[in-house]
Amino acid sequence: MTQARMIRAKLAVPVSEDRDHIRGPRIAPVTLLEYGDYECPYCGQAYYVVKELEQRAGNLMKLVFRNFPLTTVHPHAERAAEAAEAAGAQGKFWEMHDLLYENQQALEDEDLMKYAAWAGLDINRFVRDLREGRYLNRLREDFLSGTRSGVNGTPTFFINGFRHDGSWDLTTLMTAIEEAAGGKR
Amino acid sequence: MSKGKNQQERSGPDSALAPGALAPDFKLRTTQSLRPDRETGAPGATAPESKLQTLPPDQFISLSELRGRPVILVFYPADWSPVCGDEVVLFNELLPEFQRFNAALLGVSVDSFWCHSAFAKDRKLRFPLLSDFEPKGAVSHSYGAYRQQDGFSDRALFVIDAQGTIRWSYLSPLDVNPGADGILEALEALDSKREVAA
Repeated sequence: MTQARMIRAKLAVPVSEDRDHIRGPRIAPVTLLEYGDYECPYCGQAYYVVKELEQRAGNLMKLVFRNFPLTTVHPHAERAAEAAEAAGAQGKFWEMHDLLYENQQALEDEDLMKYAAWAGLDINRFVRDLREGRYLNRLREDFLSGTRSGVNGTPTFFINGFRHDGSWDLTTLMTAIEEAAGGKR
Repeated sequence: MSKGKNQQERSGPDSALAPGALAPDFKLRTTQSLRPDRETGAPGATAPESKLQTLPPDQFISLSELRGRPVILVFYPADWSPVCGDEVVLFNELLPEFQRFNAALLGVSVDSFWCHSAFAKDRKLRFPLLSDFEPKGAVSHSYGAYRQQDGFSDRALFVIDAQGTIRWSYLSPLDVNPGADGILEALEALDSKREVAA
């Protein structure tokens, strides 16, 4: 057992079908979980890497996203995360997640309204959920579960429950996913 | 001595003061006090500003004045260095969590008051940064968290109980953000023993 393996942090709260946002085949052997922040520029870069990974990995992997908004340095991150969760309540989490990352430079409230309309949401319900801060608790739960899992910045990835400590470029992540699928962990 | 479960195998050089030791007292110049602000009532009042200030304000925090509540002491190499930036931002986000344990969070490096002030303002920090500035690094050294060869503090974390005893410590590799899971576990361990002042 290598030193690198011994020190790898583990996911403190396991992936749950009921609670988590999951995209991809449920029976995929590899779960790639990201703790991310919608306003973080590195997460913005990682978004396109992950999209490509989903294409290439096909049935090998499914993707899970949890919130880790660093609100003091990213003033729009929390609101954007609430918007994604509110969309999730209407069955459109991933549509909103993608819209937010693809339009990371525009995350003002009126932008969020526009994306909600593009995603085909019930706008009244969306506005009410945001106004009431209905998903703030959930964001906090995600943030704490991330902290407990050793998330120390964004994006942080976990592959089958173990933190991916290397670089998150396409080649490195794809290799890690193939290894995980091959049962090498 | 409980380490965070994700930090168990990550011990760095073995010089930081270990749990069980009495935490060395100190009195250092700070960017913010821990007392509530007179106007807003929120904790973390900043020192009053003056337009032609050539000397930093006389605002200090000592460890002994915090007796009665847990203290989280975060030593880090320098303001503005890449890893520290992320580290203090993460701790800043976790302030409400630390406050649940009535714990005081203090950051310490050898940077001057002016440097700390600019850094705290830029990162919107809501906890005090203390200047271990003169004699340089003396407090860091007393905690076994000073890098003599580099002239700055190590990346080290201490959780000190309400009586002033170190209950948990962790020395992180310089380039690794240690995260906060170990701190939270240490605070919970204190809490379960009902050692947190009410």
